[in-house]
Amino acid sequence: MLEWIIEPLSLSFMQRALMLGIVLGVLCAIVGSYMIVQQMGMLAHAISHSVMAGLPIAYVVGVALSIGALIAGVVSALVLYLIESRSRVKTDAAMALILTSFVALGVTLVSTLPGANRIDLVHILFGNILGVTMKEVWWSLAIAVIGIILVRLFFKELLFYTFDPKGAQASGLPVHWYNASLIVAMTVTIVVCLPTVGALLVVALLVAPAVTAYLLVKELHQMMWVGSIIGALSSVIGMYLSYYLDAPSGATIVLVAFCFFCLAFFFSPSEGLLVSLWRQHTRSKLTDADMMQTQSIKP
Amino acid sequence: MLEIQNLSVDYRGTRALENVGFTVPVGQLVGSVGPNGAGKSTLVEAILGLVPVIQGVIRFNGMPLRRQLLKTAYVPQRSRIDWDYPVTVWNVVMMAQTVQTGLFQRFSRQTKYLAQAALERVGMYELRHRPIGELSGGQQQRDFLARALAKEAELLIFDEPFTAVDRKTEDVIFEIFQELRAAGKTLLIINHDLGESLAIYDQLLLLNKRLIAQGTRQEVVTSDNLERAYGRGLTRVFA
Repeated sequence: MLEWIIEPLSLSFMQRALMLGIVLGVLCAIVGSYMIVQQMGMLAHAISHSVMAGLPIAYVVGVALSIGALIAGVVSALVLYLIESRSRVKTDAAMALILTSFVALGVTLVSTLPGANRIDLVHILFGNILGVTMKEVWWSLAIAVIGIILVRLFFKELLFYTFDPKGAQASGLPVHWYNASLIVAMTVTIVVCLPTVGALLVVALLVAPAVTAYLLVKELHQMMWVGSIIGALSSVIGMYLSYYLDAPSGATIVLVAFCFFCLAFFFSPSEGLLVSLWRQHTRSKLTDADMMQTQSIKP
Repeated sequence: MLEIQNLSVDYRGTRALENVGFTVPVGQLVGSVGPNGAGKSTLVEAILGLVPVIQGVIRFNGMPLRRQLLKTAYVPQRSRIDWDYPVTVWNVVMMAQTVQTGLFQRFSRQTKYLAQAALERVGMYELRHRPIGELSGGQQQRDFLARALAKEAELLIFDEPFTAVDRKTEDVIFEIFQELRAAGKTLLIINHDLGESLAIYDQLLLLNKRLIAQGTRQEVVTSDNLERAYGRGLTRVFA
């Protein structure tokens, strides 16, 4: 068993991948917790695909691909906001439109911009955590640390804003800044995760650990703690499975995270499906017993 | 005193409020009534700067209200809140002092004392560790009432506080409104029906996009005014 655990650790690419997986597991759970309570899951989905439009432009201009992805993600959120606020178009329709249009733009630019066809779209879509460099690990760690510090500093304001946006605005909180900050934080997290799990699966890493924690705890900060542990564990277990099953690492990480969700969904002590079924069962048994007793008392 | 002059607001391209003007004197409890879609909630949102206004003046004690938001407590409609949000009764009340406490600062002992006193006043201190999703509708409303009390505001605005609450909560809200009035606070309440609860108000505003009437209950709830606000059907019931 010990050998089973130690063997992959002797490989430097696995060491880097595991370190990155743990860092991203924590970062995604924290940002994902805000996404869950703000009901921004679909927005994350739209942004995660829209970032593709920025890649070929960044490549041709000569800046880092991550900068292009970040700008495209934020622009897609802005366009969404514009359509939603200035028309009768509903959110889900606007998101479907933006998501597909930005992907289409990305695919078109990759084919037409000179030199941009060197971008590997399959790599962008599915990621490959085993190919990350140490520099990428340090960058991700720095972003995660900055994210954690910012959440710590603004926790009470963000709690108020995400719980009761109107009440927070009526108290004088600059809610538009907090909203924009959350969208930027989400886009940065998506961009940082792209090399790991790719655009198709990144939302799972943001949503699954946080929503699993949501079923288990009572407060937002607990959701972040428990979600971080689940996120980090999902990355590590998923990586080992990927190593031994020779399967794509992004997919195994996401599947492990989904298994954690299923465990919480069925067995959560407060909200689990089995617990609520058991409660219903005992309640109906009690009611039956009461009725029997009432009937036996009757003369 | 809260003064509103010539307030007009557009909502999604249509006029939601047209030249609304009224005053709420200090130490008075003023209720706003009107049919669904009359612009009652839009009125409080415009007063608090939550929706853009086309024109109008909103002053509190002679100064623009938007510069005095720390003196204002707002309790939104219960339907506007996600009651599955992972937060406890205690932390909801602590939100009252978020802005006053300031960025990067922790809540002071005084703030915690205020929250405790407010929760005790509404009979919810024992439930302080409970998630809000496990509360009844009345308890949720009392938690928000405690949050408004913990802000120690001068102007308090409630949007439909009596909707779907139990009798105990209704009594607590009535009592606290009387206490706040006696303490010289200014209160504006959106009331969702025309029932007996109207008796508690010093003044009523009858609204349907425009201000139809302002005054005591006897002055406002007349068949003529109700017909202008609600149409003929309701007039026959109440007149």
